[in-house]
Amino acid sequence: MNRIRALLSGRELSIVLALAAVVLVTTATNPSFLSAQGIHDLFLNASIIALLAIGQTLLVITRNIDLSVGSVMGLTAYMSGQMFIADHETPTILVVLAGMALGAACGAFNGALVAIAKVPALVVTLGTLYVYRGLTYGWASATGVHQINADQMSQGFLSFGSGSVLGIPHLTLIAVVALAIAAYALHNWRSGRELYAIGSNPQAARLAGIPAGKRVLTAFVVSGALVGLAGVLHASYFGTINASVGTGRELAVVAAVVVGGVAIFGGSGTVLGAVLGALLLTTITSALPILGVPAFWQRAVDGAALLLAISLDRAVMVRLAERLRKERSLRRA
Amino acid sequence: MAAPDHTGVPLLELRDVTKSFQAVRALRGVSLALRSGEVHALAGENGAGKSTVVRIIGGEHQPDSGDVLLDGEHVRFSSPREAQQRGVAVIHQEPIQFPDLSVAENVFMGRQPLRTGRRIDRKAMHRRASEVFDQLGVPIDPARQTRGLSIADQQIIEIAKALVADARIIVMDEPTAALSAVEAERLFRVARGLADRGAALLFISHRLDEMYTLCDRVTVLRDGAFVVTERMADIDNDTLVRRMVGRSVEQLFPKRDTEIGEEVLVVDGLTRAGVYRDISFSVRRGEIVGLAGLVGSGRSEVVRAVFGVDDRDSGTVTVDGKALPKGKPRNAIESGVALVPEDRREQGLVLELSIERNASLARLRQVSPGGLTRQSRERALAGTWGERLSLKFGSLSDPAATLSGGNQQKIVLGKWLATEPSVLIVDEPTRGIDIGAKVEVHALLSDLAAQGMAVLLISSELPEVLGMADRVLVMHEGRITAELSRDEADEESVMYAATGNGSAA
Repeated sequence: MNRIRALLSGRELSIVLALAAVVLVTTATNPSFLSAQGIHDLFLNASIIALLAIGQTLLVITRNIDLSVGSVMGLTAYMSGQMFIADHETPTILVVLAGMALGAACGAFNGALVAIAKVPALVVTLGTLYVYRGLTYGWASATGVHQINADQMSQGFLSFGSGSVLGIPHLTLIAVVALAIAAYALHNWRSGRELYAIGSNPQAARLAGIPAGKRVLTAFVVSGALVGLAGVLHASYFGTINASVGTGRELAVVAAVVVGGVAIFGGSGTVLGAVLGALLLTTITSALPILGVPAFWQRAVDGAALLLAISLDRAVMVRLAERLRKERSLRRA
Repeated sequence: MAAPDHTGVPLLELRDVTKSFQAVRALRGVSLALRSGEVHALAGENGAGKSTVVRIIGGEHQPDSGDVLLDGEHVRFSSPREAQQRGVAVIHQEPIQFPDLSVAENVFMGRQPLRTGRRIDRKAMHRRASEVFDQLGVPIDPARQTRGLSIADQQIIEIAKALVADARIIVMDEPTAALSAVEAERLFRVARGLADRGAALLFISHRLDEMYTLCDRVTVLRDGAFVVTERMADIDNDTLVRRMVGRSVEQLFPKRDTEIGEEVLVVDGLTRAGVYRDISFSVRRGEIVGLAGLVGSGRSEVVRAVFGVDDRDSGTVTVDGKALPKGKPRNAIESGVALVPEDRREQGLVLELSIERNASLARLRQVSPGGLTRQSRERALAGTWGERLSLKFGSLSDPAATLSGGNQQKIVLGKWLATEPSVLIVDEPTRGIDIGAKVEVHALLSDLAAQGMAVLLISSELPEVLGMADRVLVMHEGRITAELSRDEADEESVMYAATGNGSAA
C-alpha cells in the first residue's frame, strides 16, 4: 500500500496527469485520437523510444549519458537489412540477437572509454555519435545499398514487427518486458542499487568499495543491447531502412528520460518514469498535427520539454536545499 | 562480551611504515599497534601525518615501505574495499553519504541482506538498521532520505556501517570536529561500547581533553615521524603537547606585542538565514583577532560574506569607515581587504598555473600596463614576494602544484600581500603544512600585525588561536557566543563557548 502511495505521489503521477490532459484536449478536438487504432498507434510509436529510454536511464542514473544512441540504432537497423540481403530467409531471432550483440559492442566501446580511460561520457558519446553514423554511411557506400525495402526482407521478420497479441503490438510487449526487468533489477538487486550509489556520490561509492568502473561498463553494454534491439525493431516495423535511421533520436531520448524524472546529475529516477516520459512526449508529438500545429515543431517540443524538466528539477532542488537550511536554523533557535 | 585483551597480538599493527607523495615525505618510520578492547589516540599537529596513517589503514594508500599486520599476518590493502572486507572501517571527519538514497541503504550498501533470487530484503534491511540505531541509542528513521541529516547523524550512520560490517578495527578521523558537546558525548559512549565488545579503535582529535576522557593509549606523530606511544595515564598534558610540537610554545607562536590602533574592519549585524545570525565585531590596526569554533559553526561563511564572495541577507561591513557593498569582492580588494581562503588547493591557487602567474592573479592590473599582461612584471612581483616569504621553489615558471603545502600557502599569502591590504583575513592558514612552514607563517602574521595590519585569523587548532590572537571570538552554530581577551582565553573557556555554553556576546 505504501509503495503504491509513494509511486503515485511522485513524478510518475504528474506525468500520467499531463498525459491525460494532452489526450483530453486532443480528443476534444478530434475524437478519433482516442479510438482503438489511435491508442494502438500511440503505444506503438512510444515503444521504440521507450526501449532507448530504459537504456539511457541506466546510464543517467550513474551520472553518465549516451548521445550515440541514434547512431547505434541506425547501425543495427541497417545491419538487419544487410543480413536479409545476404540471405533472404535469415531467421528473425538471429537478426534480433545479432542486432543486440552489435549494439552491446558499440556500448562496450563507449563504456570502456568512459570507465577505463576515464573520458567524460558526454565527450566519448558525442564522438561515437559521428563515428557510428560514419560507419553506417561507409557500409552503405561500400556496398552501394542505400536503401533496403520491405520486399527484400523475410515475411516472418516483417510480421514480427507489425504483429500483435490480443491487440497489443509486439513492440509494446517487448518494451513492457524490458521495462519490468530493468525496474526489477534496479529496485531489487545490489548491482542496481549500486548504480544509484555511483551517481549519487562517486567518491562515497569508491570508499564503499563499489566497483564503479565495472558497473558503468555493464550499464553501457546493457543499454547498447537495448538500443540494438530498438534498431532491429525499427527495421521490422517500418520495413524501409536507409543509413540515416535514428538520426537525432538522442535528443528525444534524453528529453524523455529527464521529463520522466531521472536526475540529469545522477542518483535518482526510475525506468518507469522514463518510459512514461517517452509516452508523454510521443503523445504530444502525435497530438500536434491534430491541434493544428505544424509538424516541424515536433523537435522544438522535445527540446522545450527537456529545458522545462531540467529547470523544474533545479527549482525543486533549490527549494529543498532552502527548506533544509531553514529547518536547521529553526532547530538551532 | 569478550574481555579486553591488552596483551595478545594486536589486531592491526603498522611497523616502520614510510610514505611519500612526490617530494613530500608524509610518513617516516611510523609504528602503531591497535589492540582489541582499546581506544588508541593518534596525536599530532596538522600535517604530522595522521591522515596518511588513516588512509593507509583504510586501504586508500599503500605504504612505500614497512609492514601492515592484521592479526599478526602481513597484509596489503590495495583498495578501501579490501580493507573493509578484512574488518577495517574508517569514519571520516566529514562523512560522505549517498544523499539520494535512504538511511538504511547507506548503511547496507554492498552488503544488503538478500532473499531468494539475489533480491534485496528491504524489510530485513530496515529492521536490522533500526536494531543497530537502537543499539547506538540514536533514533534515526532507516527509511528517510539521507539528504539533510546533520553531520552528527551522518557520523552515526558511518558507525552503523562499521557495525553491520562486523568491523573489528574502527578508525575515527576527527569525528568530533563538527559536533556539539552533547553529540560528542553520545559518540564517546558509542565508541567505548564498541571497544568493550572487543573492537580496536583509533581515535583522532584536536582536543586533548577528549583523548584523556576516551582513550587508553596515545601515539604521537610529528612531521611524519613516530615520536612515542604512551599510556594516557602516564603522560600529562604538558608533556603530550611538547611531544606533539617538538619545541616550546614560544618558538611555535612567535607573537609580538603590538600597538593596537583604531578600528579598521567593522562588521555589524551580519545575518544569513540558516547559516549565521547577527554577527558583529571589529578588528583594529595592529591586532590579530582569532575566530574560533567547531567545524561548521559558520566561521568561513562569515568571512566569505565579509569579503563579498558570498551573499548576505542583512548587516553592514565597513573598512576604514567606508561601507562595502555585498557580493562584490572587487570592492573589498580595492578597499584593502584580502582573504586567504580555507582550501588553498581549490580556492587559493590555480594549481596548473606557474608560481609567478598565481602570485600576480590578485594584481593583474599592476602587471598589465595597457591591458596586456607582461611576464617580466609578473616575475618581478613574484620574485619580490618569494624572497620576502623565503619561498622554496625550483623556478618561478613551475606549476604551483609542484610545491609543498607550506610553500603553496606562502604563494597564496604573497598574492594577497602584494595587494597591500590593511585587513588580512586568513582561514586555516596552517592546515596541512609542516611545522617549519607553520612557524614561518605564524612569524609572518605576527610581523604584519606589528606593521599595523589588522588580521582576522580563523583556525580549528586551538593552540594556534590561543598562541597568536590578541582577542578571541568564538562562534557556535552561526552566532558569536563569546569574546575573550588574550588573558581570558584558554582551551577550556574557548571550548565552553564553542560547544554552545557561552552567552551571546
